[in-house]
Amino acid sequence: MRDEAEADSKRSSSIHLMVEDLSLGYENNVVLEGVDFRVRKGEVFVVMGESGSGKSTLLKALVGLARPDRGRILFHGESFWGGSDFDRKAILRRCGVLYQRGALWSSMTLAENVALPLELYTDLSARDIRDLVSLKLGLVGLTGAEDSYPAQLSGGMQKRAGLARAMSLDPEILFLDEPSAGLDPVNAKLLDDLILELGDSLGTTLLVVTHELDSIYAIADDAIFLDGREKTAIARGKPLELLQSSSDPRVRAFLTRGGERMEGRL
Amino acid sequence: MTEYAPYPRNSRAPGNFPKPEFTFRHGEEGVATLALQGAWTKDHTLFPEVVRGLETLSRETRVERLLFDTRELSDWDSRFVTVLLRLEALCHKKGIVFDLNGLPSGAMRLVDLATTRPSEEPVGKQEQSGFVQEIVHNGVFALVRDVLDFLEFLGKSSMASLRFVFGLSSFRKRDFWVLIRECGTEALHIIALVNLMVGLILAFVGAVQLKQFGAQIYVANLVTVSMTREMGAMMTGIIMAGRTGAAYAAQLGTMNLNEEIDALSTLGASPMEFLVVPRIMALVLMMPLLYLYADFMGMLGGLTVAVGMLDLPFTEFMDQARLAFSPVDLGIGLFKSVLFGFLVALAGCFRGMQSERNASAVGLAATSAVVTATVAIIATDGLLALLCDILGI
Repeated sequence: MRDEAEADSKRSSSIHLMVEDLSLGYENNVVLEGVDFRVRKGEVFVVMGESGSGKSTLLKALVGLARPDRGRILFHGESFWGGSDFDRKAILRRCGVLYQRGALWSSMTLAENVALPLELYTDLSARDIRDLVSLKLGLVGLTGAEDSYPAQLSGGMQKRAGLARAMSLDPEILFLDEPSAGLDPVNAKLLDDLILELGDSLGTTLLVVTHELDSIYAIADDAIFLDGREKTAIARGKPLELLQSSSDPRVRAFLTRGGERMEGRL
Repeated sequence: MTEYAPYPRNSRAPGNFPKPEFTFRHGEEGVATLALQGAWTKDHTLFPEVVRGLETLSRETRVERLLFDTRELSDWDSRFVTVLLRLEALCHKKGIVFDLNGLPSGAMRLVDLATTRPSEEPVGKQEQSGFVQEIVHNGVFALVRDVLDFLEFLGKSSMASLRFVFGLSSFRKRDFWVLIRECGTEALHIIALVNLMVGLILAFVGAVQLKQFGAQIYVANLVTVSMTREMGAMMTGIIMAGRTGAAYAAQLGTMNLNEEIDALSTLGASPMEFLVVPRIMALVLMMPLLYLYADFMGMLGGLTVAVGMLDLPFTEFMDQARLAFSPVDLGIGLFKSVLFGFLVALAGCFRGMQSERNASAVGLAATSAVVTATVAIIATDGLLALLCDILGI
């Protein structure tokens, strides 16, 4: 028993995000119950499931938008919902979030969008901020679009600008809500590659909520599968391994929707 | 010349459209056959007739199985499927076997799809409740929740405003100046126009009455006192409710819709400090200035009527106005303008932040911001008038 605990504490040093027995809901309507998972530092963790399985609700709790009914969320062992508002905000500053539709601040230019987190939480001079903003926008391939407003951009560009904003404070962990939703296959693939590339070079832990099979197989180091009827995670592991080992018909149905194509690629 | 063809499915002229017809044949051992002829489409069906036919038939004789004969059916569309669904429901109720096999295969598949019960409960389905319960729930509970939400919002925004006053809150200065411009200089035209008119109207109505006593000169008193004490602040408040309050609600509602407010929160910034307080502060700071401008314009309107219509000399009007003017009235007006500015901004921001995430909710938020602010302004004004009377100010 003690050995186990010791081993646990050793392993937990590399655990970035730990979710224990998490239950969530809206006004008497339970969405998720007893969700447990761990995200190791630097890995790409995917939360997958069908529409309505509670993926977005889980993400809301992870980024502080919805208080869980029960359970704990620990960032580096630090309780997210247990502490004060102030502590939670401090944790949030080390996180980045890419929203499904970008959620750029529509009254500001791209440069101002990316600059705002820096203006709020660093003491950098205006010049340094400008350099950093150019760098971030350059990394996502939006050089020259600094003075455009979000409404002037295509959906893919808005996503990439959202990514630049999410990464502006060099977060330790990045949450991505359906990053490839609404993009054509080519741009979706490009965005996936970009996210992996940036995450890898900056050592960022990535938590991706998605139902796109192509993305899931391409990027996931580890994953959980949420089921809307069970209201919890019914499978976990690397998706390719789950595809081979899982006997649960729901998981199989989800993972083999593109079965033939996948086999060709393997 | 191309002919307008209202029936593209079959391009038959309406006149020689094969009329829908049906007959029930009742065979051995409770088997009934419904034979359908002609076109069963949106324009021509015998919906109630065929249902009634089956009802009558099942009442008169024992029907265990309903078959279809559609060899004579020339055309059908989704309207026909609704007829079939009604028949299916009727059969289900009466325990009659509904045999689809005689139907066109497309119709058969559609009926199949439509009658497959969904395996999971529809999302967000609410329990049926009684009429009275609904009224209590929607009326009383909603009102109580609204009031509690508003009080919470008031508390939070007041705390955040204090932080603003002490220079502790984080927001973009540039945005603040834009807000100041939007509810300050850009509102001058409409404030000028409306208050000039109010001054004219007051003087005009007053002049007609006062003329009867030969006391036209008191038009100056009427305009001065009512503009400074009541109308200046109230009209400015109501204009700003329609102009800026609605804009605040729409801006914040749209930001909420686009997850822009979530994006601020997850950055660890407070939307209250960032979005709400600068808006409240901008309006609270601009309202007294707008009020003074409104007073000036109202007096100008009064003066125009007095000099232009009542033939009062300019200097006499000004002297009388100076006698009527009291710093207390001006103070009350200034106080009211600040208070009304606060109410308008608060209502706009509250409704905007509270708005649900769809387009009609944003419209509703704007409407409700204006209504809330206007009612609040008039109610507060009434209360203050009463209070001033009791205190003898």
